[in-house]
Amino acid sequence: MKLVTAIIKPFKLDDVKDALKAANITGVTVSEVRGFGRQGGHVETYRGAEYKVDLIPKVRLDVLVDDAIADDVVDTIVKSAATGKIGDGKVWVTEASRVVRIRTGEEGRDAI
Amino acid sequence: MESASLTWVLISSALVLFMTPGLAFFYGGMDRRRNVLNMLMMNFYCVLAVPVLWMVLGYSLAQVPFEADFIGGFDSFILQDITKAGDGGTLATIAFLGMFAAITPALISGAVAGRMKFSAWAIFVPVWLFLVYVPVFKWVYGGWLGQRGSLDFAGGTAIHVNAGIAALAAVLVLGRRRVDPAPPHSMPLVMIGTAILWFGWFGFNAGSALAANGTAAQAFMNTFLAGAAAGLAWVLVEWARDGRPTNLGAASGIVAGLVAITPAAGYVSGIAPIVIGLVAGAVCCYAVRLKNKFGYDDALDVVGVHFVGGLVGSLLIGFFANPSFFEGTYSAGLFYGGSVDLLIEQVLANGVAIVWSFVLTFVIMLILKATIGVRADDQAELTGLDLALHAETAYHD
Repeated sequence: MKLVTAIIKPFKLDDVKDALKAANITGVTVSEVRGFGRQGGHVETYRGAEYKVDLIPKVRLDVLVDDAIADDVVDTIVKSAATGKIGDGKVWVTEASRVVRIRTGEEGRDAI
Repeated sequence: MESASLTWVLISSALVLFMTPGLAFFYGGMDRRRNVLNMLMMNFYCVLAVPVLWMVLGYSLAQVPFEADFIGGFDSFILQDITKAGDGGTLATIAFLGMFAAITPALISGAVAGRMKFSAWAIFVPVWLFLVYVPVFKWVYGGWLGQRGSLDFAGGTAIHVNAGIAALAAVLVLGRRRVDPAPPHSMPLVMIGTAILWFGWFGFNAGSALAANGTAAQAFMNTFLAGAAAGLAWVLVEWARDGRPTNLGAASGIVAGLVAITPAAGYVSGIAPIVIGLVAGAVCCYAVRLKNKFGYDDALDVVGVHFVGGLVGSLLIGFFANPSFFEGTYSAGLFYGGSVDLLIEQVLANGVAIVWSFVLTFVIMLILKATIGVRADDQAELTGLDLALHAETAYHD
């Protein structure tokens, strides 16, 4: 089993979600996160005083998949999340050593 | 009081009461999310404690007898001299003035936001009410400053300049916050607070005619125009200066204009409220930056908006007072053929209020600091006053 994790621009969430559904992915976990990368932050002005906002809002996706399709899922996310501009985010894959569906106790590929 | 006027004063009283929660939201939205409930509580505390104190002794010392030069007496202690409801005029006036007494110390809370111990605030409010608000109010309304001919229609000197300079004294004793200022945690809350303030301010200013008459209508119109003009001025200045028109600029400008028109509301007419609003909006847009230059930590710009805005409006009366709209010792400003005497009285009245309020507030804060302490501890300030002081959290999932 693999865990595909992606950090993307929040406004691309719908595109990525639709692309994953079209690729028959049956589940994904979405979190609102903040962080910084090469994009850096932005400046907000209140009553003439500037405030540097260096942690930018992003969306994090976690998708558990069978080993065989992990690369395809990564490609799907990359293609659907890309804008070509700085701050598009990252995707990475980690090994998930054990996966259990809580309701039935099914394990491994059956639990996905 | 005839019934139309009684109706208007009673409605105005409720409008002014609504301003204190409005102020709480205005300030609370600007504060950090971990301190917003403390900010609300500091404001709501004023509408808990002050009405009681006002009924028991505040009104008596501040207004009875009206002719007293420096301070009233005990004739209206617990309103013992009000034995009949009568036509309701006296009771309505006492209630109306009580709302003003409640919001005045609340104004100061925006300056000390984010680091003051609530127990110190709980004592500061009543002490400040009796030692600063009540005497200044008496001198301006019926007392020696008013008798000399200075004008303050709805509380520019007695309320905004008074609370604004007290805010400066308070933060000088209190000291700076331990962490850098943060941007407003909720701009929508700030805008809701601003809307409530503007709405309530019609009662504050037009109600101060204490009658349903032409003066009330003129004050209403002036309140409408000055708020709009000042919001416009602030936004245009920051648009030119900082590159963007902002919601906080619009909100701050509206409040600055309302503050500035407060002392002048029943004395000016025509284009004057627009000019007063434009000047106040532009001046206050720069005045809020004074704290960066001088290093005092006026968290939410009480000095820059209320002190400066109040002073601007109060001094402009010396130019714009229109004698065809009212009668006074001096009723014509310089632009209406009047002498400089009115302006001199305005300078004197504000000067006296500034010195008294600053010195007394400074001393009150020093005594509180030396006894129970005025600062929340480091842990409370850094983790949030809401949880540390009130065992509450504003936003749960």
